[in-house]
Amino acid sequence: MIAEAVRRSALAEYTERFAALSAADGGGLSIRELPFASQLNLRADPKDKGLMERFADVLGFALPIVPNTERSHEHRRALWLGPDEWLIVGSEGQQAAMEQELRNGLSGALGSIVDVSANRTVLEIGGPKARELLAHGVPIDIDVRSFGPGSCAQTLLAKAQVIVERRDESAFHLYVRSSCASYVASWILDAASDQRQV
Amino acid sequence: MSRLAAGGRIDRTRPIRLTFNGTPYRGYEGDTLASALLANDVRVVARSVTYGRPRGVFSAGIEEPNALVQVGNDTMLRATQVELVDGLEAIGLNGRGRLSAEPDTGRYDKVYAYCEVLVIGGGRAGITAALEASQSGDRVILVDEQVELGGRLLGAGWNDWLETSLTALRSQPDVRLLTRATAFGQYDQNLVLVAQRRVDGGRLWQVRAKRVVIATGAHERPLIFANNDRPGIMLAGAARTYVNRYGVAPGKRAVIFTNNGSTDAGAADLKRAGIIVEAIVDVRAGDAVVDTGGDEEGLRSVVIAPLTGNGPRREVECDLLCVSGGFNPTLHLFSQAQGRLRYDEGLACFVPDAPPPNVAVVGAAAGDLAGRGQGTIMPYWVVPSDGREWSTHFVDLERDVTVADVRRALGTGMRSVEHVKRFTTVGTGSDQGKTAGINEAAVIATQLGQPIGAVGVTTFRPPYVPVSFGLMAGRNGGDLFDPIRVTAMHPWHVAHGAVFENVGQWKRPWYFPRHDEDMEAAVLRECKAAREGVAVTDASTLGKIDIQGPDAVEFLNRMYTNAFDTLKVGSCRYGLMCTVDGMVFDDGVVMHLDPDHWLATTTTGGAAAVLDWMEEWLQTEWSDLRVRLTSVTDHWADVAVVGPRSREVVAELFPKLAIDPQSFPFMAIREGETAGIPVRLHRITFSGELAYELWTPSWYGLALWEAVMAAGEPLGITPYGTETMHVLRAEKGYIICGQETDGTVTPQDLGMSWIVSKKKPFIGQRSHRRSDTARLDRKQLVGLLPVDGEQLLPEGAQLALQPNGAVPIKMVGHVTSSYRSAALGRTFALAMLQRGRERLGSTVYAPLNGHVVAATVTEPIFYDKENVRRDS
Repeated sequence: MIAEAVRRSALAEYTERFAALSAADGGGLSIRELPFASQLNLRADPKDKGLMERFADVLGFALPIVPNTERSHEHRRALWLGPDEWLIVGSEGQQAAMEQELRNGLSGALGSIVDVSANRTVLEIGGPKARELLAHGVPIDIDVRSFGPGSCAQTLLAKAQVIVERRDESAFHLYVRSSCASYVASWILDAASDQRQV
Repeated sequence: MSRLAAGGRIDRTRPIRLTFNGTPYRGYEGDTLASALLANDVRVVARSVTYGRPRGVFSAGIEEPNALVQVGNDTMLRATQVELVDGLEAIGLNGRGRLSAEPDTGRYDKVYAYCEVLVIGGGRAGITAALEASQSGDRVILVDEQVELGGRLLGAGWNDWLETSLTALRSQPDVRLLTRATAFGQYDQNLVLVAQRRVDGGRLWQVRAKRVVIATGAHERPLIFANNDRPGIMLAGAARTYVNRYGVAPGKRAVIFTNNGSTDAGAADLKRAGIIVEAIVDVRAGDAVVDTGGDEEGLRSVVIAPLTGNGPRREVECDLLCVSGGFNPTLHLFSQAQGRLRYDEGLACFVPDAPPPNVAVVGAAAGDLAGRGQGTIMPYWVVPSDGREWSTHFVDLERDVTVADVRRALGTGMRSVEHVKRFTTVGTGSDQGKTAGINEAAVIATQLGQPIGAVGVTTFRPPYVPVSFGLMAGRNGGDLFDPIRVTAMHPWHVAHGAVFENVGQWKRPWYFPRHDEDMEAAVLRECKAAREGVAVTDASTLGKIDIQGPDAVEFLNRMYTNAFDTLKVGSCRYGLMCTVDGMVFDDGVVMHLDPDHWLATTTTGGAAAVLDWMEEWLQTEWSDLRVRLTSVTDHWADVAVVGPRSREVVAELFPKLAIDPQSFPFMAIREGETAGIPVRLHRITFSGELAYELWTPSWYGLALWEAVMAAGEPLGITPYGTETMHVLRAEKGYIICGQETDGTVTPQDLGMSWIVSKKKPFIGQRSHRRSDTARLDRKQLVGLLPVDGEQLLPEGAQLALQPNGAVPIKMVGHVTSSYRSAALGRTFALAMLQRGRERLGSTVYAPLNGHVVAATVTEPIFYDKENVRRDS
């Protein structure tokens, strides 16, 4: 029996500070960690039509092949990371089941499926000021007109690698490496405090 | 007081106190330091850099070369740009500014911004361009370096038009107006850097624009004549700005010296403000100011004479001389963006010729000088010196460069404007020669009898204005200077007093002192625990690469010097990697998890480089190999349980696991679970002891660590850091890539031929047959035992074969690792030594400051040569 109680997310110690910031900002900004999401790194040949169809059956949607876009169905999402690489995201605790389903879909074709659930944690940055906050550290154009809902990108936040995913008009998910998570959290709190002075 | 009773954009109901050079003054909200000083009749603001001549306010803006001040730790600010804030304390510069030794406490920030249209300059042309662009719904950013938008209009009575236009702009949701924001660099693909001044700090805007509209206006330029640098001499447009915008009369009795029509309106404004205009000296009418008189307080009089013939000279008393020599379109950014300039004879200035792609120039910057009222201009630059030296004809006020300096440069044979700039330093001040650059070209042209267009201007380079290092750094300071990477167990390490070491971006425990132990005592204790009992360390920082695919074995065989064909599922093997030149690159343990599934660890610092290296070979050279890689470094936490009693701890944690040496031998992998935590166990050692590395997804890392500590507690389990790890591995002669190796060391040099396959090809193999890698006098890895077992060799110490001799002594090697060993009861070291293996048993010498340490050369293994402990 796997003990969920002993798990500790990478940003556990930031929970209160994020909550305080979100409360202090009166709805302009809300920040929270979404810990323990199931995440699988999938590498496969997008030109293998049969394989892509099998994955589509497993996931309920076709893997995105347009760069920097994502597809989703119910609680599963696939983020395009590269021409032959995706991050498959699901609800907490689904990684083993998802891995088995994808492996069935792979069915011996060339590719790799790796459980990376603990490799990154997810930060949700929401509210009307979310984009403005991220613009202090994310060097790409994340304006809704160029990076609308359904967009994702591997980029930087300040000096840390992140995957930025736009969930809707005003909410972003940042996928942050576990070891860099406290750096990213400290950076965001610092930038947010500065932003409120403006 | 020279404050006018009414008028201007200052708020007379909001007085502001300031001190200048320790004397208290009063200004108003809306003032700059320069306008407040003029209002308080302070004429001398600073002293010039070379000659120490008194200097006053010369301009009303960014181009100011004279009125340089220090405010707090900010040195070399332009008084014309310093906004008054209550309690401002400013000091005029006496020559050079001095950098403060104090840390910059300003708050700096950076923003990445994207837009379809970036308009640089918020004067009439810029506002008009922004209004036009905003109609399309595009994202528009308008930046202006002043406190308010409006540019020259602020001093020219266009308030109604301004208000209407700005209201229209502000109503557009996709228009962003930035004030106090100076565009200082324009780079490829319309990347424009903008420095924004903020209270106690600044913000760097990194703007990427589809189209840039340059509406930067024009800088008025002075005429050059003898003693043209006295306080009281200022640009004619600036005098008008002080009257109209700041409600200040910069003098009581004025003379105007001009060669164009722009001074007409200014003269009228001055008169309206009650300033007596004593004379208007117009080059177009054949007259010139040929010299000025004055004292330490500045200008007292001017000498006026006809330009030709021997007409009468007359001296006119005055305290203000307004000078206009025409206008220079502000094309610094345009030129930075590779736009070409041409000289326009009619306008007497350089104008844009061929703009770069997606860049437009509008308004005065484009040569439309009607707004400035230039009218007809008679190109004129330097008033002859009346038979005297040219040493008070200042070309560059900030750098104290005169016509005499330029003549000297030309006298040495220099002809290029770039050479003259470097010889004289004209244009190299913090104002970047905004009022001097074109005049330099004109002086050269005049002296050489060439057209100005042929002389040209010097290259414009960013930054357009001085930019502080703090602004460049943004918020990447202090703890945010660089990412600090920590493991899942970091909170435990902190709570238990670990001293940390930086390893790349990681914070790793260095050692865990107890009470008031020093490092040496702590490390000896930790080493003893690992050798005699049980100890534990956090190895989570190791790089980890997941490798899947049917060709994984072939891939690994090519990447590593040793072969992996025979490695069974459920087992690990140490691997060594070389670069193409045959030099050791990285090492780690490769685990065989499933038939087509492997995992390779790398050194902590090498993780990213090794993954890049592997991907490069897969993608560019071996695209036929059916192998895919994924970084999993952060997914796993790794707890290394080390020591002769480690088996007891593992048995306690995994009661169902068969862990006797036969069931779980050295280099085997097992799966287990403890307290609900899923764990992959590996019998790997980096200490030479019986040891287990317990891997778990990082979110269980802390819980697993605590479970290990609890299980080991009855045995006195001891946490240890990187220093003990280093000592333990060095006692066993295990190398650390980057410590024993430096990119010039082969596996053979390290005595590791045993790991270099002769049966299969691998990266670097051919280089091992080069004559250089095969030569006999290469440095080879050896052990060193100082003759005095208490003496610790410093790492990096050079080695010689004689204890003394004629300097320079021939150096034959260097110490790579050196420690005190609890197990050996003495010091020891590893070294790279020429022909080292031939020298076993001999003595080498490390000449240090004032003394020499003798050491015996040994095999590079000091402990358990038979590996009995490791395999137990």
